[in-house]
Amino acid sequence: MIRVIDLHIAFGQNKVLRGINLTLKKGETLVVIGQSGSGKSVLIKHLIGLIKPDKGEVYIDGVEITRLKDDELHKITRRFGLLFQGTALFDSMTVAQNVSFGLERYTDLSREEIQERVNENLALVGLRGIENLMPYELSGGMKKRVGLARAIAYRPDIILYDEPSTGIDPIRADAINDLIIRMKHELNVSTVIITHDMTSAYKVADKIAMLYAGRIIEEGVPADIKKSQNPVVQQFIRGRAKGPIAKW
Amino acid sequence: MQAKSPFRYFSSFFQQTGEVGLLLFKTFKNLFKKPWEKKIFLQQLEEVGVKSLPVVSLTAAFGGLVFGLQTYVGFHRYIGPGSETYGGPIISLGLTKELIPILVGLMVSGRVGSAIAAEIGTMKITEQIDALFSLGANPIRYLVVPRTLACMIMLPCLTMYGDVIGIAGGFFYNVYIMGVNRVLYIRYTLLYIQMWDVLSGLIKAVIFGMVIAIISCWQGLKTEGGAEGVGKATTQTVVVASIIILIVNFFLSRALPG
Repeated sequence: MIRVIDLHIAFGQNKVLRGINLTLKKGETLVVIGQSGSGKSVLIKHLIGLIKPDKGEVYIDGVEITRLKDDELHKITRRFGLLFQGTALFDSMTVAQNVSFGLERYTDLSREEIQERVNENLALVGLRGIENLMPYELSGGMKKRVGLARAIAYRPDIILYDEPSTGIDPIRADAINDLIIRMKHELNVSTVIITHDMTSAYKVADKIAMLYAGRIIEEGVPADIKKSQNPVVQQFIRGRAKGPIAKW
Repeated sequence: MQAKSPFRYFSSFFQQTGEVGLLLFKTFKNLFKKPWEKKIFLQQLEEVGVKSLPVVSLTAAFGGLVFGLQTYVGFHRYIGPGSETYGGPIISLGLTKELIPILVGLMVSGRVGSAIAAEIGTMKITEQIDALFSLGANPIRYLVVPRTLACMIMLPCLTMYGDVIGIAGGFFYNVYIMGVNRVLYIRYTLLYIQMWDVLSGLIKAVIFGMVIAIISCWQGLKTEGGAEGVGKATTQTVVVASIIILIVNFFLSRALPG
């Protein structure tokens, strides 16, 4: 479904990704962990074509997307749902308009069906009766959940979550984990999640990959990651201040 | 702080010119592609056109008045009393071909261009443009095309409106304040002013509209670095668009016949 081959990107002198290789099968959930600023969000933006790599390839169902023209790329990106780290809600639109944005443009649903789908998705993330509020009237956690409702509203094949539990209380965060698992089972979506939250990672992941110094240094099922002999991985998953990462 | 070398200035100038050219090309390429963002286009027509009417009314009226004043003084002093009636065509020509298109262009670049740059710039730094992209919407088609079309349509409309107000201002000053013969003033104006004079001003306005929209969208789309970046993009838009309008105006005045 998704295949990343030898992905490199640098911003000025800062080489952020230095040869990433990843594979994600249909219906699989991959969690990418790593320090803040290690390039996780940059990696996720490559998957949807928001950033073009300096070198390397990204395949979505066998189609190499890094060299596609805008219109062809947009046909592919419509298959994605992306939850942004900072929510990226359209601040000139109401909650309902945000959630229905993709539905209105790219589905044949009637106005009533769209309304129904908006309510259904907001209910899924535990928000009801806020359809007519503007994003500035919402708390950080509510914005995050509206962003999530928008990302899943038109039932994409692939959902990318950039830190879905950041800024949300632990109970809501766990509810979001359940929602991610439910989306996977009910709709058989492929999922890539970026997170620092190891509790979430262990709960939702089929595979975990650790990004460090621009490379994937460890990849495996959660049990393998827990048992990893790599001191960098161990320091990160145990959240220790002292260790090899601090020296880097 | 280290000074920028002349080579860097040149390379940065060419790079930026290339960016603007590419955005212009992409905008025209997407002009007639579906889906058309009708709702945003209508909103922008209102934003650029209807909401600019007060500021255009004031600048055109006072532009016409002061132009009328100086024309009166010029004729009275250098040709002699009674010759002020010839001010009518001079005022109309100057206003329709030069002053009103430029005043409208500068006012709209200040009022609308800065707003477009700030809006798109804020969308850029809060990842809303990335969100548009991720939802399958082409940001050029969604953001730049409706604004460019609205500016290219509304600028000539505002200019035409400004022409009427400005000419009325010049007429009011000469006829009602200075007592110039009303019949002769109107007669000479109608005799010497040609349709092309008005049209050439409107052609300029279409191009100024394109300049304002493209520069402001370009500045917005390349905004970086938070609130400071948005402020910078806004200021740059007004400065760059105003300078380009003044430069382009000279070349258009040379190029357009009559």
